[in-house]
Amino acid sequence: MDYVIEMLNIRKEFPGIVANDDITVQLKKGEIHALLGENGAGKSTLMNVLFGLYQPELGEIRVKGKKVNIADPNVANQLGIGMVHQHFMLVEPFTVTQNIILGSEPTKHGKINIKKAEREVQELSDRYGLQVDATAKISDISVGMQQRVEILKTLYRGADVLIFDEPTAVLTPQEIKELMEIMKALIAEGKSIILITHKLKEIMQICDRCTVIRKGKGIGTVNVAETNVTELAALMVGRDVSFKTEKKTAEPTNTVLEIKDLFVKDSRKVNMVKGLNLDVRAGEIVGIAGVDGNGQSELIEAITGLKKTNAGSIRLNEKEISNLSPRKVTESGVGHIPQDRHKFGLVLDFPIGENIVLQTYYKNPYSKYKILNYKEIYQKAESLISEYDVRTPSAYTKARALSGGNQQKAIIAREVDRSPALLIAAQPTRGLDVGAIEFIHRKLIEERDKGKAILLVSFELDEILDVSDRIAVIFDGKIVANVSPENTNEQELGLLMAGSNQEKAGDNQ
Amino acid sequence: MNSNKWFNILVPIISVFIGILAGAIIMLGFGYNPIQGYVALFNGAFGDPYFFGETIRQTTPYILTGLAIAFAFRTGLFNIGAEGQVIVGWLAAVWIGTTVEAPMIIHIPLALIVAALAGAIWGFIPGVLKARLGVHEVIVTIMMNYIALYSANAIIRNVLTNNADKTEMIAPSASLASEWLEGLTYFSRMHYGILIALFAAMIMWFIIERTNIGYELKSVGYNQHASKYAGMSVKRNIVLAMVISGAFAGLAGSMEGLGTYGNMTVSSGFSNIGFDGIAVALLGANSAIGVVLAAFLFGALKVGALNMPTQAGVPNELVDIIIALIIFFVASSYIIRWIILRFKKEGK
Ligand SMILES: Nc1ncnc2c1ncn2[C@@H]1O[C@H](COP(=O)(O)OP(=O)(O)OP(=O)(O)O)[C@@H](O)[C@H]1O
Ligand SMILES: [Mg+2]
Repeated sequence: MDYVIEMLNIRKEFPGIVANDDITVQLKKGEIHALLGENGAGKSTLMNVLFGLYQPELGEIRVKGKKVNIADPNVANQLGIGMVHQHFMLVEPFTVTQNIILGSEPTKHGKINIKKAEREVQELSDRYGLQVDATAKISDISVGMQQRVEILKTLYRGADVLIFDEPTAVLTPQEIKELMEIMKALIAEGKSIILITHKLKEIMQICDRCTVIRKGKGIGTVNVAETNVTELAALMVGRDVSFKTEKKTAEPTNTVLEIKDLFVKDSRKVNMVKGLNLDVRAGEIVGIAGVDGNGQSELIEAITGLKKTNAGSIRLNEKEISNLSPRKVTESGVGHIPQDRHKFGLVLDFPIGENIVLQTYYKNPYSKYKILNYKEIYQKAESLISEYDVRTPSAYTKARALSGGNQQKAIIAREVDRSPALLIAAQPTRGLDVGAIEFIHRKLIEERDKGKAILLVSFELDEILDVSDRIAVIFDGKIVANVSPENTNEQELGLLMAGSNQEKAGDNQ
Repeated sequence: MNSNKWFNILVPIISVFIGILAGAIIMLGFGYNPIQGYVALFNGAFGDPYFFGETIRQTTPYILTGLAIAFAFRTGLFNIGAEGQVIVGWLAAVWIGTTVEAPMIIHIPLALIVAALAGAIWGFIPGVLKARLGVHEVIVTIMMNYIALYSANAIIRNVLTNNADKTEMIAPSASLASEWLEGLTYFSRMHYGILIALFAAMIMWFIIERTNIGYELKSVGYNQHASKYAGMSVKRNIVLAMVISGAFAGLAGSMEGLGTYGNMTVSSGFSNIGFDGIAVALLGANSAIGVVLAAFLFGALKVGALNMPTQAGVPNELVDIIIALIIFFVASSYIIRWIILRFKKEGK
C-alpha cells in the first residue's frame, strides 16, 4: 500500500487519563484525511505524538513504510512532517520572513541573508496562492494571514505531510473558503494532509477519508464519499445528534440592555464603534452577524468594562454602566463568554476549580473574612464539571492540560451558571464538537426561557440563524439592519454584512 | 501533577549536586583536595554548636529576603530591590532601637513594624511607578538600592551620630539577642530572629495559598488579561505585591540590626543579603517551605566556607568561586526552566 504515514496502535497516557488508546491512522499519499472526535477524544494528542511533541507508550509510527522514532519536532521536520497548531506560534514584532526562517536561518559569512530568504518565502507563497506579503509584520496582518504564515513555515522546512489542528475554528467563512483552495493546491503539488475539524460539512466538502476517535479509542476509518453528516456525527458521539435546535418562540419582555449612539475606539485610537444603537430584551436572544473587524470586539469590551467608551450610553436595566470597572459591570448582572479563551477566559496555570470562581472567589461561600474556602470552591467546580460534561481527570487539573473544547466548556459553565441578567456569548461554540454545540445552544435557550437577555456574537451564520430570535447586522461600527431569522437566509445576511443595504440602518425596533 | 512535584524537588537537588561537582573539579585543578575542602565546609557549618548557631544566624535574613523575592515572583515581578529594602529596614530598626525608650514587649514589635514599613515604602515606589507609568520594576529597584545605600550612610553620619562610622548599640529592650541561645551555641550570634523568619514563612504561605489577596496576586502573575476580565485590579495588585515583598525584605534588615549586629555601620557596598535572596527564592521554587530550606543551604554554605581556608588551606578567592559555582548551577537551572515555561505559555 502507498501510505506516507502510518500510526499503528498508538497509546499515550497522561497522569490519570489515557488520551490515546490503540489508535490507528494511515495516511495515503495525496489525500486529505480527517480526524474526527469529541472534545477531549485525543485528536491533538495523537497529532502531537506524530509531530514529536509527545512520546507514545505503545505503538509504532512508519513514514513511507519505514519504522521511525520521532523524538522531537526537529526529527518530524526532517521526516517532512509539518504542523499548523490551533494556537499560532509566531513572534508578533517580527516580519513574516523572520518568523519563517526562525530556527533555520540561511546565513552567508555568518550573516543572515534576509533578502534571499524574503525572495524564497515570496516564491513559495505565490506557488501555492497564499498571497502572503513576505515583508509584513505579524502584528499587522489578520488571523487568517497569520495562519498562512504557519503554513508557509512548514513548507519552507520542506514538509510533505501537513497536519492542521482545527484551522477553521478561527477563520471567517470567506477565509475558510480560501483555506480550502490552498489545501487543494497543496494536494495538487503532491502533499498529503491530516485535518482536524469539528465541522462535518468541511469534512464532506474536502476530505477523502475520515478516521473517527471516541474517548481515546480508534473507532475506524470511513470513505467520505460513502457516508454523510448524520452518520459521521453518530459515529463520533455514539448516539444520534440533532442539528436543528428545538425552541419555542421567544416572549421578550422589558429591555435589559439599551445602547444609544455608542462610540468606541480601538487600541490604535481609531473609531471602531461609530454611533451604534442596540436593544436586547429579557427573554430573547439577539444575534450579532457581521464580518470580523466591524466593531464586534470593541462593542463587547465596552459593555463589559474592559474598554472605555468615547460617547453614548450603555444602560443595563435602566442603569448606566458605561465606563464602570469590569467588576462593577459583572456585579450589576453581566456575564461574558469571551472570544479569546486563552487571553481572557482562563488563567491556564490555575486548576480548573479555581478558574470556575474567577469572578466570584471573593464572595460567600467561596471566601469568608477574605480567606478562601477551597472545600466550597471545589464542590462547586465538581458539580459544574459534571453538569456541563467538562472532560478532565479532576477539578485539580490545570486548565492548560484540558483539551481546547473542554476549556471552552469550563468557561461556559462558569458564565451560564451565574445566570446573569445579560449574557454576552462571543463565539461560544468555537472549537466545540457537534454534541457539545447542541448542549450549549440548549443552555442558551434555557437561559432565555428563564427571562435572561442573551447577546450572541458569532461568525457562524448557521449558528446565528439557528439560535437567535432576532438578528442585528453590524457593519462598519453600526447596526445596519434588524432582521428576523425566519425571514432571511445566508445570502441576504451576507449582503447585509457587506454593507449593501444601508437604508435599513436605524430601523432599530 | 505528581511528576511535576517530583520535578520541583529533583531539579534543585541535581543542580546543587552539579555545583558541588564543579567546585570539586576547580579545587582539583588548583591542586587542592576537594574531599578535604568539603569536609572543612561541612565542619564549618555544622561541626560544633558554635558553627551551627552561626549557620542559623545567617539563615535568618536569607529566609526573609528569599520570601520577599519569591512573593514578588508569584505576581510576575522581579524585585531586585530587596537589597535596598534590607538597608532601609536595618536603618529603621536601629533608629527605633537607639532612640526610643520602651519596655521590651513594645520596643521589639515597634522596631520590627517600623522596619517592615520602611521596606514596604521602598517597595511601594517602584510598584506605583510600574502600575501607573509602566516603568520596569527592575530599573527602578536597582536605582532604589543605591538611594538606600547612600542615604543610609548619610543618615548614620549626620543624623544618628556626629560624623561617626557606626551607630550606637540598640537598647537591650530592642535586642533580639539571647544569652540562652548564645550559651547553647558556644557564643555564636544566633538570636531569636529565626523564629520571626519562620513565622514570616508561614504568613507568606498563608497569604499566597489561602487568602483572596494571594489568589489575586497569583492570577495577575499568571495572566493579567484574564485577571482584568475577572474584575481584579491589576495595578493595585502590582503595588500590593511590591509592598508586601518590601516588608519582608525590611524585616530581613531588622534581623541584622536588632539581632546579629545590634547597630549599623556606614558601608561602601551592598550587604548582598538581598541579592542572595534572589538565588534563595529561585532554589526554593518560590514557595515558602522551599525558601526556608534553600535559605538554610545558603546559610550553611556562607558560614561553612569561612572554615575552608583555615582547615583545608583552600584560599579565600577559590572558596568564593566554588560557592558562586554552586549558586550559578542552582540559579541557571531555574532560569532555564523559567524561560522554557514562559515560552510554552506564550506559545499555547
Ligand atoms: N499535557 C497534558 N497533560 C495532561 N492531560 C492532557 C494533556 N494534554 C491533553 N490532556 C488530556 O488528554 C485528553 C485528550 O486531549 P486532546 O487535547 O488530545 O483532545 P482533542 O481531541 O484535541 O479535543 P478538542 O477537540 O477539545 O481540542 C483530554 O482529556 C485532556 O485533558
Ligand atoms: Mg484539540
